[in-house]
Amino acid sequence: MPVEPLNETPSQTAGPYVHIGTLPSVAGLNVRTQEKLDVAAPANAAGERIFIEGTVRDGAGTLVTDAILELWQADSKGKLPGFWGRAATDFKTGLYRFETVKPGKVAGTPDAPFVTLLIFARGLNIHLHTRMYFADEKDANAADPTLKAVGDPALAATLIGARSTESGKTVYRFDIRLQGDGETVFFDI
Amino acid sequence: MANTEFYRRDRRWHPAPNVPNYKSTVLRSPQRPLLSLPQSPVDLSSPVFGHAKLDPLDHDLILNYGTGAEAVGERIVVHGRVLDQNGAPVSGALIEIWQANAGGRYRHVRDGYLAAIDPNFGGCGRVLTGADGKYAFRTIKPGPYPFRNNGSDWRPAHIHISIFGAAFTQRLITQFYFEGDPLIAKCPIVNTIADPAAIDMLVAKLDLENQGPYDHLTYRFDIVLRGRRSTFFENRPEGN
Ligand SMILES: [Fe+3]
Repeated sequence: MPVEPLNETPSQTAGPYVHIGTLPSVAGLNVRTQEKLDVAAPANAAGERIFIEGTVRDGAGTLVTDAILELWQADSKGKLPGFWGRAATDFKTGLYRFETVKPGKVAGTPDAPFVTLLIFARGLNIHLHTRMYFADEKDANAADPTLKAVGDPALAATLIGARSTESGKTVYRFDIRLQGDGETVFFDI
Repeated sequence: MANTEFYRRDRRWHPAPNVPNYKSTVLRSPQRPLLSLPQSPVDLSSPVFGHAKLDPLDHDLILNYGTGAEAVGERIVVHGRVLDQNGAPVSGALIEIWQANAGGRYRHVRDGYLAAIDPNFGGCGRVLTGADGKYAFRTIKPGPYPFRNNGSDWRPAHIHISIFGAAFTQRLITQFYFEGDPLIAKCPIVNTIADPAAIDMLVAKLDLENQGPYDHLTYRFDIVLRGRRSTFFENRPEGN
């Protein structure tokens, strides 16, 4: 017999002091300083070592310097559970940065390789959910059902991280726009 | 393991994204509708956090700042169960906690509120749910504090919590309040939630029977995470 499900506990904003509970050393607390949550994949993980970095901007184009982002992805062979990470946007530069490995295509899915990103911040009453796909996966991206569902290439472009090499390191740049011109595509999943 | 999808999130039950009376939402809320996607294996899996990650005092915010002395304030224990929408306990769920001290001041480089810092209070904790979905932590009741919104709005006493369930679709960050606080009804952040029944889910109830006599008051706060849809028409036994 179908039973009426319980209501989910409602969300509330993570607020401007989210770091205390999630990245205490960023808040200035001298606790858990050994944690390096921005490094999602351990150093010995198989695959191509990469960095993912970018900014978060609001509808006026102003840097959001009090957000945290969470990353969740398959490992380099597309296996789950994969790698989880957490990073804050820098108080001054607004940059967030993850170190991880490039995920593989998850077996049994039509999806191109991607990482899931959640964004929590003051003023976000419930977190935002997006994905970063990889610019160097052109064929897989062209066949990806999510990028197809987005439709408009200008919107799909908000989901693609641009690849570059900086002092020998592979960096994907992924800027997030919460609102307005170039607004990132966010999902209800 | 069942790999069926979770119930869709009821976005009318959750707070609306753009609520002008909470000013920070105005420039930070997306204008385009969210794009609905099927839940992928990535969304249906989750990082696993074990006891090895936790310190023995993580669930005791009265002592865990590590100075050896106790934090000042009204001593409380908060306990409850984490369930999914089908009423099943969620075990092994990581709950992260942060809060202001008894005067309403956060230990954060960006909090400049004039209330004093408590030298023995950090305001950061975490706990894992047991096999029955139960959790408990000890702390002091946080004080209300003002924030820059409509001049000076006041936040009711609240504790922030972050929860990881068994799938990333269950991810949730929220805040809970304390029964009887007159500031709850006045708070622009609380009132981003439209339904009074939804707000009531965020109010921890005084649990006088479970007090620690001459030591602490106890509050009860249960948490419900998204649940998996049943697969009534699937032609195989339960538990696959
Ligand atoms: Fe707060």
